[in-house]
Amino acid sequence: MSLLHAQSVTAAYGDAQALFGVDLRVNTGEVVALIGANGAGKSTLLKTLTGLLSPTSGAISFDGHPLASMDAADIVKLGMAMVPEGRRLFPSLTVEENLQMGTLSGRTGPWHLERVYQLFPILKEKRNNPATSLSGGQQQMVAIGRALMSNPRLLLCDEISLGLAPVVIREIYAALPALMEDGMSLLIVEQDVQLAMQVSSRVVCLQEGKVSLEGKSGELTREQISKAYFGL
Amino acid sequence: MIEILLQGLLLGGLYALFALGQSLMFGVMRLTNTAQGDFIILGGFFAISLVSATGLSPGLALLLIAPLAFVFGYALQRFVLNGTLGRDALPSLVVTFGLAIIIQNLLLEMYSADPRSLDAGPLALDSFTLGSITVGTLPLLTFFVAVLATGCLQALFSYTSLGRSFRAVSDDREAAQLMGIRPAIVYAQATGIAFVLIALAGTLQAMRTTVAPADGPLLLLFAFEAVIMGGMGSFWGTLLGALLLGLTQQIGFRLDPGWGIWFGHLTFLLVLLLRPQGLFPKTRG
Repeated sequence: MSLLHAQSVTAAYGDAQALFGVDLRVNTGEVVALIGANGAGKSTLLKTLTGLLSPTSGAISFDGHPLASMDAADIVKLGMAMVPEGRRLFPSLTVEENLQMGTLSGRTGPWHLERVYQLFPILKEKRNNPATSLSGGQQQMVAIGRALMSNPRLLLCDEISLGLAPVVIREIYAALPALMEDGMSLLIVEQDVQLAMQVSSRVVCLQEGKVSLEGKSGELTREQISKAYFGL
Repeated sequence: MIEILLQGLLLGGLYALFALGQSLMFGVMRLTNTAQGDFIILGGFFAISLVSATGLSPGLALLLIAPLAFVFGYALQRFVLNGTLGRDALPSLVVTFGLAIIIQNLLLEMYSADPRSLDAGPLALDSFTLGSITVGTLPLLTFFVAVLATGCLQALFSYTSLGRSFRAVSDDREAAQLMGIRPAIVYAQATGIAFVLIALAGTLQAMRTTVAPADGPLLLLFAFEAVIMGGMGSFWGTLLGALLLGLTQQIGFRLDPGWGIWFGHLTFLLVLLLRPQGLFPKTRG
């Protein structure tokens, strides 16, 4: 059974419809990459999954629970956490305080402060600094650590490479396998298609609010992807 | 001279209690409670009625009032004020302004326009002398309560999980929701705490001087001036803003009895002109 199953989800911002019947599955232990051009609806889909935006129609189930009318605060308690686009750290909190916010979900599991510091040792050094005084890459580590602190079963990562230097991106992506050890599933939104193919087992491509392509990462051809990506 | 300064600081302590609730509500949810002063007066009248009905001492009455005030503030935020929050500040201003009018008229209907005070017993006249200066025990007590309240509030914000939630939801409401925070509840908790401070301020105001149904707007003005002079979002700043206001008012009163409040306003305008961000703005990383 799928951990996450979205069925013909539509969503809109006021009058502007952004998703047109999207189906998406993430199975336990799987890494799914969500790709697509700017404005294809990737971030909207993630917002809808996490409860920040209510779908106008369709059904979403997570671990057997229907999420339709749940708000974001309840959904994180079920074990879905998000690393939001642009990191969205709390500027008036220190690095450690930001990480501690993850414990508010009340979930227990393998992730705690020390383990996050093991994964990203630099954060331990900077634990008492204001979170937004860190470099972009370090801030991204805080955002990932904060999400891990809620011990999610599914982690959604929205553009974690955005605005970071290639060497930093490699460092952050190198940390992902450590997350998988405990059977965590990942749904990654990534602009860099090549990177997305490397880290994922399955790819879903969105185009203008619809799924335009889905398949195993190794089996898709460049032509298939550029057609699904750009609609050419 | 020293006596004027001392009296000014003690007056400022009372103003700090007027202002802390305002500072808290603005800091957590950017809500400007224009009924702040009227709620303080309401608290004062409630204390007067409770004491006269039960015969409790004002101190004991406060122990009873504090939890009631928390529940009242919590419910007010949860069921009324949360509905006014949004990108636009106007709805919350209009609703709290409306509440102010309701409270003023309700108090006028119930208690008439006469000023009343809360009998503080021997404490009201108690004083002691320091060298050549006589200091009232009640104003001094009020001052220490204000400093203590500021310290507690700052510690709550800095070191507790609830304080972290207050800061997080103020920074980024959506990101806080992703952490499992329900902003509606956190806001209600903040207003509950603000109303404990409001009740404390009202009771002390009724003990120190008098309360009348029409007094609210002036207290609101003092609270505003203290919060803005101090720099929004910092409790120690609010305390210092209130002390500055008390100090300059007291100096004004000594120069001419009609000048006190005017002097306070002048100082406020001067701070706005020279340092619009306030004396101690919240420093961000």
